[in-house]
Amino acid sequence: MEEKTQDKPQEKPQEKPVEKLIVSSSPHFLRDENIPKIMHAVVLALLPAMAASVYFFRFRAIGLIIVSVATCLATEYAFQKIRKKPITVWDGSAAITGILLALTLPPSFPYYAAALGSAFAIAIGKQLFGGIGYNIFNPALLGRAFLMATYPVLTTTWSEPLAKTAKAGVDAVSAATPLALMKFEGKMTSHMDLFFGNIAGSMGETSAIAILIGGLYLRYRSYINWKLPLGYLGSMAFFGAIFYLINPSKYPDPLFHILAGGAMLGAWFMVTDMVTSPVTPLGQWIFVICGGFLAVIIRLFGGLPEGVMYSILLMNAFVPLLNKHTRPKFFGEGGQA
Amino acid sequence: MNLRTFDHGIHPSYSKELTQNKKIEKAILPKKVVIPLQQHIGAPCKPLIKKGDAVEEGQKIGEATTFVTAPVHSSISGKVKDIERLPYPGGGKVLSVIIEGDGAIKEWSNSTDIGLSLGMYTPEALRTIIKEAGIVGMGGAAFPTHVKISPPKDKKIDAFILNGCECEPYLTSDHRLMVEESEKIVWGMKTLMKAVGIENGYIGIEDNKPDAIEAVDRITKDSNIKVVVLETKYPQGAEKMLIKAILNRKVPVGKLPMDVGVVVNNVGTAYAVYEAIKYNKPLIERIVTVSGNGVKEPKNLRVRVGTSFEDVLNQCGGITMDGEREVLNGGPMMGISQTTLEVPVVKGTSGITVLSGEEIKPGKVDPCIRCGGCVEVCPVNLMPYKLGDLGRLYRLDEFKAWGGLTCIECGCCSYTCPSKRPLLQWIRVGKVKVREKEKL
Repeated sequence: MEEKTQDKPQEKPQEKPVEKLIVSSSPHFLRDENIPKIMHAVVLALLPAMAASVYFFRFRAIGLIIVSVATCLATEYAFQKIRKKPITVWDGSAAITGILLALTLPPSFPYYAAALGSAFAIAIGKQLFGGIGYNIFNPALLGRAFLMATYPVLTTTWSEPLAKTAKAGVDAVSAATPLALMKFEGKMTSHMDLFFGNIAGSMGETSAIAILIGGLYLRYRSYINWKLPLGYLGSMAFFGAIFYLINPSKYPDPLFHILAGGAMLGAWFMVTDMVTSPVTPLGQWIFVICGGFLAVIIRLFGGLPEGVMYSILLMNAFVPLLNKHTRPKFFGEGGQA
Repeated sequence: MNLRTFDHGIHPSYSKELTQNKKIEKAILPKKVVIPLQQHIGAPCKPLIKKGDAVEEGQKIGEATTFVTAPVHSSISGKVKDIERLPYPGGGKVLSVIIEGDGAIKEWSNSTDIGLSLGMYTPEALRTIIKEAGIVGMGGAAFPTHVKISPPKDKKIDAFILNGCECEPYLTSDHRLMVEESEKIVWGMKTLMKAVGIENGYIGIEDNKPDAIEAVDRITKDSNIKVVVLETKYPQGAEKMLIKAILNRKVPVGKLPMDVGVVVNNVGTAYAVYEAIKYNKPLIERIVTVSGNGVKEPKNLRVRVGTSFEDVLNQCGGITMDGEREVLNGGPMMGISQTTLEVPVVKGTSGITVLSGEEIKPGKVDPCIRCGGCVEVCPVNLMPYKLGDLGRLYRLDEFKAWGGLTCIECGCCSYTCPSKRPLLQWIRVGKVKVREKEKL
């Protein structure tokens, strides 16, 4: 990809020394933007969610995040070294995968299993496809799906937040997540608890507001398109509302759908993943509307209490197709002279 | 106020403050000029002089042989030293006339009295004068103006747009002309309108030039010419984008502005038309913005066509900094890098931009992360990340199907790409290859 060639100006021995002129194709002037800058902003945006997880689950949260991130970085480094590719471990993208994966795990999840999931996410989910930009599925979600299949019990054993149990003087109390309570016992959790996060669940999924702060920061930096997170949440709320209106005693209300489980984290940090979401406006709408619909259907009728992960992974698979078949109309296309 | 504009596009840093308040200065008379015999889109000219001939300032030295072409004139008085193929700022080499000056200066404004009122000219007469003066589009593309203002009979033209957007970063030559010579520009515009035979005129100016808007507005008040203030956005000055912003008409793919009833001309062109009609002066001088962080004293200069870039830069304190630099014919978005400073200023040179140090783009290219930024900014709704790959890999049928030929080469995609992928460069490869294939 040599785009620069250097040309010597004609000889002018009596004048100045020969100048070095750069010759390249226009534009000669680029936006001050690059992959590490974007990825580091995403890491920054994940800080509130990480802080919330540490607040609610204390040391376990710190441990899981460190293990996952370190494994992701190490796997990326090993792969790039073996494939003799430039080492881009510090561009932030592998760190994001590690953080996101850690945030989707239950706080009591064993470290070795978290490491295994992280290694899978980077090795199979990203590097085998060719590294950054080439993966089809969101690596963190793929790692999470892998852990779900490998450790079905561990990935669904939840505990109450330590902030809650500490008062009672016990170490850890196992508990069901709001979605499981809803699905298997028909119990609802209050919206306030869901919003601020004082609930059982995956580490980063418990506090909706922490995720929202990060998401809004990314929007402020214009790294995400409104369409994606709001479309996804809106679609979940819309289809959730339909079922709620059919039978309010059996199905949860729409607000519960978007506040519970992985909806917030998924909408703001996984649906918006640049590599695995469509680039065309129409494709993006289809992606989020179908994704939200799938998530609600899996939650209400599937065998699992949570559907966000599979809804996004399934829609990831359609992205190349969506990009291909939703090309915007060219300027002046089909116009009459 | 809701400003008019087109969809998509970018907001680069314009850096116009370097020169936007600097009055146009007259450049020093060059001792030698190199005048290419093809400075426009169309056929090259046939030389009318030979080595050793004496020429006068303004004398026609290259004759137009077909319709789509424009004659060229000597910009100084002197003697023809040679005619040979020399580097051209638009790329490649072009047969050029080298003239050594004798220092004589012709006073154009006093030399003739004709053309005081427009009433005495028929549209045909105006078109002939404009053609003979060698006037071409001065925004950069250099398309012969007499062709633009001679639409075929079956095209109904109902609007004339004068392009005062100057959306390229750094460039301020049109801006200064509008501030300093607004009367002459409007006069030139009326002439062009008469030559096409239309009544409705619009002048599109971006809102980052309030002084130009005011100056032009003062003169066009109570006339059939309307000043339209546009949002400052690149590429607002691209013909199709301008027509969309002002008249909300979309030029169909593969068609010309005249197909939607519009003729667009540049502010600099209107000024040249004024001089051609009033003083009978051919296009031998133009305003050039010399700017960029690699120039010591950025300026707006009135330069004679044929003056070397080196002569011009020397009048601006020369080039700053040692090491790498990039000298452009035009602005940083659409300008062309030069391999030598010997190249001459031509009719289409709206600016000389010198970039150095950090402003020069890095050569490193990262993988596409499909952020969709290029799709979001493309003013003609293409998918540049995809077209770039199709062009680069010579997958020409697909390249065409995905609209590669619709590209207006504004460079918004490359500018936006966080991975610094040279998307426009690859798309150009595709366009060239498709055209080569279609010629066979």
